[in-house]
Amino acid sequence: MELNSLVRKGEYEWEIPKRGDMRVPGRIFASRRLIEEMDDKVREQISNVASLPGIQKASLAMPDAHWGYGFPIGGVGAFDPEEGGVICMGGIGFDISCGVRTLRTGLSVEEVKPRIDELAEALFRKVPAGLGSRGKLHLSMSEIDEVLRGGAVWAVEQGYGYQEDLEYIEEKGRMPGAKPENVSSTAKKRQLHEVGTLGSGNHYLEVQYVSEVYDAEAARTYGIDKGSVVISVHCGSRALGHQIGMDYIKELYKAAKKYGIPIKDRELACAPINSPEGERYFSAVAAGINCALANRQVIAHLVREVFQEVMPEAKVEMLYDISHNTCKVEEHRVDGVRKTLYVHRKGSTRALGPGRNEVPRAYRKVGQPVLIGGTMGTCSFILRGTEEGLEKAFGSACHGAGRAKSRRQAKRTYRGERIIQELRRKGIVIKAHSYAGVAEEAPGAYKDVVEVVNAVHSAGLARKVVQLKPLACIKG
Amino acid sequence: MEYETFDHEADVGIRGYGRTLEEAFENAAKAMFSVMVDLRRVRPLKEFHVVAEAPDTETLLVEWLNQLLALAHLEGYLFADFGVKISEDGTRLEGYARGEPVDRDRHEIAVEVKGATYAMLEVGKEGGRYKAQCVVDV
Repeated sequence: MELNSLVRKGEYEWEIPKRGDMRVPGRIFASRRLIEEMDDKVREQISNVASLPGIQKASLAMPDAHWGYGFPIGGVGAFDPEEGGVICMGGIGFDISCGVRTLRTGLSVEEVKPRIDELAEALFRKVPAGLGSRGKLHLSMSEIDEVLRGGAVWAVEQGYGYQEDLEYIEEKGRMPGAKPENVSSTAKKRQLHEVGTLGSGNHYLEVQYVSEVYDAEAARTYGIDKGSVVISVHCGSRALGHQIGMDYIKELYKAAKKYGIPIKDRELACAPINSPEGERYFSAVAAGINCALANRQVIAHLVREVFQEVMPEAKVEMLYDISHNTCKVEEHRVDGVRKTLYVHRKGSTRALGPGRNEVPRAYRKVGQPVLIGGTMGTCSFILRGTEEGLEKAFGSACHGAGRAKSRRQAKRTYRGERIIQELRRKGIVIKAHSYAGVAEEAPGAYKDVVEVVNAVHSAGLARKVVQLKPLACIKG
Repeated sequence: MEYETFDHEADVGIRGYGRTLEEAFENAAKAMFSVMVDLRRVRPLKEFHVVAEAPDTETLLVEWLNQLLALAHLEGYLFADFGVKISEDGTRLEGYARGEPVDRDRHEIAVEVKGATYAMLEVGKEGGRYKAQCVVDV
C-alpha cells in the first residue's frame, strides 16, 4: 500500500483521511512493514465501507487485513440502527461465525509427546473432515430448527458436553434473535448430516502446547502454564452458513437498490438494520452463529471421547470459544455517548476488555481470551482484550496470520507430501484428507503470524498472554 | 482454454469463455468445479436440472454457480459437464449439470468451494467471445 495516502497516527495506527463520500475516516492498525505489504485493495475496501450509512467512528482494518468481499478480511465496521445503519453481507461473509475453540487438557507436553502419533490418529479418525465427509449426527428438519435456535445450549442438552462449557462461549453458547423460519429449507437440508464436521480449506484441529508465557497472571487465570497442552478447533457454520450467504446476497443486493443505499461495490449488498430485509438477514445470521456454536460443541465432545480412549488421565475443559465472521449487538461509547451498535467483524475477532459483562466471570478481571490461529508449522497465540482496544476498535483484534500467497500460487510452490515430511522432522504430525489442501495451507503461504500479533499487541488492541506451538494438526 | 482460474489474495477466481453467453456460463461452472477436482476424473453418470433467476445477467451467473454448489452438496455429487439456456433479457436460465457421486479416494479433492461471490464479477463480450467470471470463496 502507498504510504503517502495515509496519515500516521501512532507507531501502529494509520488513518485514511475522510474524503469524497466517506462518512468517517478509515483506520488501519499495523506495523510499517505490514502496511507496505498490504494490498491497495484493502484501502479501497476500507474507504467503501466508510461510506455506508450509519457507520460509527471509523472503518477499521486489523494488521492481517487482506483483500476481501466488500469489507476487507480483517475488517471491522460498527453501525447505529438509529442513524440509518446497515447490516452488510460483506461484513460477515459466507462462513458465518467461523471461529476458534480452545480446550485445556490438564496434560503437559512431556506427557503428550510420546503419545502424539496415537492421539493424532485417533482424532483424525474421530472428527469428520474434508469435502464429502459426514457427521455422526443425522438430524430431521425440525431438529435442525432446534440447533438454529439453541446453538451450543442445544448440543449440551443432547449430551454433547457439560453445562459449565457454556459460560466460556460467546453469548453463553446461544445467540439470541435467531429465527429458523428465515433460513431456507435448502440451507437446513444441507446441514442435516454436517453438525460436528470440521470442513476443509483453512479449518483445522490442532494439539498444541504453551511454548512461551508473556503474561503469567492472565495465563493462570485462563488455567494454563508453560508446557500445558491444549486443543484448538477452527471451523464454522459449514454448509448452512454458506447457503445463508448464497440466499441473502441476492436479497440484500435488491434491498440496497430498493432503499437507495449508494453502495460502491456490489459485494457491499446491505439493508437498513431497521427494515424487514435487514431484520430477516440478522435473524438468519444469528441462526448461522448458533449452528457454528453447536458444531464446535459437538466437535469438542468428540475430542473428549478421543482423550477418554487414548489418555483418560486428561481433564478436557473449555478455555474459550470465539467467532470471527459475525455481526453482533454490543454497547460501545462513541464520542462520550453510550450506543447500541451492530458490530460487523469480518475475519476479525472480538477482544473485549476487562469488566465487560460479556466476558466470563472467571476472566473478567483480565479481559476476554483472544484466540489467534497461526499456521500448522508456526505458532498460534492467546491474547487478552484491553480497555484501550474497546476505545480504539470496538474491542476487536486480528483473527490469524492472513494469506501472503494465493491458493493457486501455494499449489504451484508447495507439494503436500513434502510439507508433511518437513513438519514431521520438526516434530509436528499432520493428518490430512487432501495433499492439495495441505499445499494450499502451507506455512509459507501465510504472513508472519508473530509480526501480526506483535502489531495487535503494540497497538494496544489486545495483549499477548501465551504462544502455542503445534504438536499435531488434523486437516480436511 | 475454455475455462481457467485466476489469483485472488485469499481465494480463487474462476473464468469461462464461449462463443455464446451460454457457453461462457457452462465453462464458468467447469472452472469452479476444477478448483475442487480434476474434471477428467468426474464421469457424467447422472443429470440434474437447474433453474435460476436474478435481477441481471451478472448476478445470474453467481446464482447459477451457487445453485450448482448447493445441488452438488445436497446430492453428494461432483459435476463436470453443463448446459444452459438463458432468457433473452438475461435474468433467467434453465440448465443441467452432469456428474457422479463423490468418491474421496478416486477424486482427490483439494478444497470445498463455499460460495460464488460478487467479487470481480464480470459477464460480457471481450475480443469477439463471451466471458463470465467471479471469485469463489474457499
